[in-house]
Amino acid sequence: MLSELKARLQAESCEEYLCQLFEKIEKSSLNAFTTLAKESALREAKQFDRNPGRGLLAGVPIAIKECISTKGIETNCSSRILRGYIPPYDAHVIERLKAEGAIIMGKTNMDEFAMGTSTETSCFGPTKNPWDQTRVPGGSSGGSAAVVAGGIAPCALGSDTGGSVRCPASFCGIVGLKPTYGLVSRYGLVAYANSLEQIGPLTHTVEDTALLMEVISGHDERDSTSAKGERRSYLSGLQGGVAGLKIGIPKEYFGEGVDRDVEKAVWEAISTLESLGASWKEVSLPHTRYALAAYYVIAMSEASSNLARFDGLRYGSRQGEDKDWHTTFSAIRAQGFGPEVKRRIILGTYALSAGYYGRYYLKALQVRTLIKEDFLHAFKDVDILASPTMPIPAFKIGERINDPLSLYMADVFTVPINLAGVPAISVPCGFSGRLPIGLQLMGPHFGEAAVLRTASAFEAATPFHEAKPEVI
Amino acid sequence: MITREDVEHISWLASIKIEDEEKDGLVEHFNTILEYFHQLDEVDTEGVKPTYRVVDLANIFREDAAYDSLSQEQALDNAPRTENGYFKSPRIV
Repeated sequence: MLSELKARLQAESCEEYLCQLFEKIEKSSLNAFTTLAKESALREAKQFDRNPGRGLLAGVPIAIKECISTKGIETNCSSRILRGYIPPYDAHVIERLKAEGAIIMGKTNMDEFAMGTSTETSCFGPTKNPWDQTRVPGGSSGGSAAVVAGGIAPCALGSDTGGSVRCPASFCGIVGLKPTYGLVSRYGLVAYANSLEQIGPLTHTVEDTALLMEVISGHDERDSTSAKGERRSYLSGLQGGVAGLKIGIPKEYFGEGVDRDVEKAVWEAISTLESLGASWKEVSLPHTRYALAAYYVIAMSEASSNLARFDGLRYGSRQGEDKDWHTTFSAIRAQGFGPEVKRRIILGTYALSAGYYGRYYLKALQVRTLIKEDFLHAFKDVDILASPTMPIPAFKIGERINDPLSLYMADVFTVPINLAGVPAISVPCGFSGRLPIGLQLMGPHFGEAAVLRTASAFEAATPFHEAKPEVI
Repeated sequence: MITREDVEHISWLASIKIEDEEKDGLVEHFNTILEYFHQLDEVDTEGVKPTYRVVDLANIFREDAAYDSLSQEQALDNAPRTENGYFKSPRIV
């Protein structure tokens, strides 16, 4: 827990703690960190030991996903095309972390440009799941989840476009939150599908996630989609309990395709919440079965536009003699992007091209409206929705990577949340053998307080978040 | 159905050079994925407005006040080729 760590750092030495972490990282076989900021981190730790400061995260080391800009620290989205890129500025969330005294440890591995569910499409190779190193940690924020679960960073930030915080949180047995769209500024987050994504915390406990949300949320005029309104507190009210809470169980999120152990663990979690004073009823989100197709059409279309900027002109590598404009850029992009990124850019280009725009992109945006309305309708009746985060536990490295559609299918319960823009958390709720299972709790727009309170009550009543893998 | 010629044309539009040996694999993947997308055709969307943004925001303004920006040197720092303080691009014409 970060509150305990903060007390320890005040009483003992931050530099010593950080040195121990870096020693563990150097021995680690998880392939979860990509770039370490050892020198600056140790310098800041020494400074903290001399003068601790009062920030909410004073002295707390944190790991950052590769796609979040960090001034002076390479930010490459785990893609060859951005190798060597050193941002001249910090993302909004990094400014906020630094203002509260956090120490940036380094950057974590991810699926290339966040396009994946397994962290296998990274140009640095796959990250391993701390619970079973033959398995994926989930994705795309797999590195951020693995460093926290593996005990080599106390907390991390990821980004979630279609489940990229919640999926690895679920597969690695930790807590991960996708905030309401607009709650956390995207300034400095390298865009993949900008109408869907949010930055979110990955931590051991719900309280830690609430603490990070206190720091990273809030209005920022440099992100034109940043929500206005008063800064909310996420820590106060966390212990409010679930007495009288109405939970909806979306029937479309159970049954066919859901692993039996996963389904059993989630139903047991619902019983636990019931025993704590909540009630539940079945609800329907009738357009769920179309969410995956709508999501991928929109995400690929936005990607084809956002990733047009990678042309080797302002950043990235450009080898050999320049030819004409198109030949030069087409060659740079062919060498710089991996197969999944190319697939998504090309398919997105197709979906937006003359003659197909209405059939694919516009249609997907209309279906998105229906999916959002499903959620709005359900939340008239219930306070929270509960489901599995992932239909399956972590799969083997290499098992799905050559079959893109089977990988996409794993996102079936996470993508509707991004389409609707509502918040959702994944909390550990059991095991299938040694593999963790995640419970997904979803709330209405800006309903983080209720989501965190429910997750916190569940966590306090169950032992799953205390289980730790044995990793080196 | 997407053909090899379609893949060649779209990858040209996307400015990504595709090698001959990649084309058959892409054709197969694209057709599998597009076939999956076609289930959207089942949904009745007559009269449904598209959702571009989930949070209703329009015309976000800020004060027209000057603030610090990157120096020219910082902006050019990551560029692979520069000349006289500019980004250097390949020939266009």
